[in-house]
Amino acid sequence: MSQRTLRGAVAVAGIGETEYYKRGRAPETELVLTLRAILCAAEDAGIDPREIDGFASYSNDRNEPSRLAAALGLPELRFSNMQWGGGGGGGSAAVANAAAAIHAGLADCVVVYRGLAQGQFGRFGAGQRRPTLSGDAALWYPYGLMSPAQMFAMRANRLMYEHGIGHETFRAISLASYHHAQANPRAVMHGRPLDVETYESARWIVEPYRLYDCCLENDGAGSHNVPDYATASFKTLAPRLYEMAGVTPSDVDVLQSYENFTAGVVMSLIEHGFCKPEEANEFITVENLLAPEGKLPLNTSGGNLAECYMHGFELQLEAVRQLRGTSTSQVPDAVVSMVTSGPMVTPVSNMILGSGEALG
Amino acid sequence: MSAPYLPAGLPAPAPQPDGLDAAYWDGTREHELRVQRCDHCGACQWGPEWICHRCLSFEMGWKTLAGRGRIYSWERVWHPVHPALADHGAYIVALVTLDDADDARMIGNLLGDPQQTVQIGAAVEAVFEDHDEGTSSYTLVHWRVTT
Repeated sequence: MSQRTLRGAVAVAGIGETEYYKRGRAPETELVLTLRAILCAAEDAGIDPREIDGFASYSNDRNEPSRLAAALGLPELRFSNMQWGGGGGGGSAAVANAAAAIHAGLADCVVVYRGLAQGQFGRFGAGQRRPTLSGDAALWYPYGLMSPAQMFAMRANRLMYEHGIGHETFRAISLASYHHAQANPRAVMHGRPLDVETYESARWIVEPYRLYDCCLENDGAGSHNVPDYATASFKTLAPRLYEMAGVTPSDVDVLQSYENFTAGVVMSLIEHGFCKPEEANEFITVENLLAPEGKLPLNTSGGNLAECYMHGFELQLEAVRQLRGTSTSQVPDAVVSMVTSGPMVTPVSNMILGSGEALG
Repeated sequence: MSAPYLPAGLPAPAPQPDGLDAAYWDGTREHELRVQRCDHCGACQWGPEWICHRCLSFEMGWKTLAGRGRIYSWERVWHPVHPALADHGAYIVALVTLDDADDARMIGNLLGDPQQTVQIGAAVEAVFEDHDEGTSSYTLVHWRVTT
């Protein structure tokens, strides 16, 4: 009987990206950027783009596979997939959906992509401007609870209350991302390092988030009535990931963990077993998070906070680079490379990439 | 009546056209706090849904509460994300666990000094804030720490 697993079934053959621009400054349309990135990935994979026969994306990407297929002159479009819901939480799931399609024989060569040019379409997830609202929004917006930061700050406060997590722990996440961005010339925050004083003196967005705790472009609505509230939503998912991959947290050489907000990363780390809640303040320090020497190198190209705001897709690319040895902050001998996508939204997703050596 | 907690210009709430939450919003106009209670198994739940999360019955009724609860979490908002809030200053959003409602939680503003120290677990009571300006009439449910 065949195992129901993706372990060792599919390979990432190529990655591609365009230059990253500040919001509103992209010189080309969103569709053109997406096509360029796809062509770049095809070249990196050493294939003719017309071998592509499927697409997978997430977070309500606007660039439809049918249009991409027509634009590229593809002879066949066999897989056209959108991960449903969860915004940036779907980044790893999009990769998994593509992998499952290939493994099941639905397609042979699938591109997973994220194309975003917000200046062209208006700010992603902008607060409601309608005069009246119904549904869940009616229970939140009139009280001034509208933005993603406002949706999730209460989870961070609850996390601090339940487990005594200090704000320095959140700060370490931010400092690590910014540190790695300084080695990455592609990063939007390259040349703009962050130090403790700047972090601490930055304005509050919504307590306990200061400016540098927040990825600025985000989506996400929260549920405030889930029994388990101060969670990144990985508690049941992380064990499944490790089981499929056949590894434990101590086997993970390098981690890309989606920072919508620094507190979300802290929750992600705890829920993926890298430390217990009561150990978080001691374990999650800048020193432990930096490549190449840290115990858990994190967001090694700068992440959502400091590389670019591609709703986490840049994390997928960096996870691949670490296994190829081509990262700007390379972890020596990395063979197990992990991504967590979310956090605090639903559904979330995660993935582990392994080199041939890791597969054994 | 004292001034509203937040300035005018924020979106006004309206009941859903399909009636799912009509009893809640009607209740607020009468200064009654209501949440769903399953007619079949008696479980309370909030925000409203067509089905009981516990027993999967579609027979959802309502329960009127005393309007007491405890702060489960909170945040102090500084950055204004809506033009109406541009010059308002910080305000507090609270997530309140409702008494006698199977731990259902509700969002509201926490009245009083916006810079107050907020204690998770503090006992609070509901305060209704009527809005009868313009074309829409509605009532919000805020919270105040009880001594």
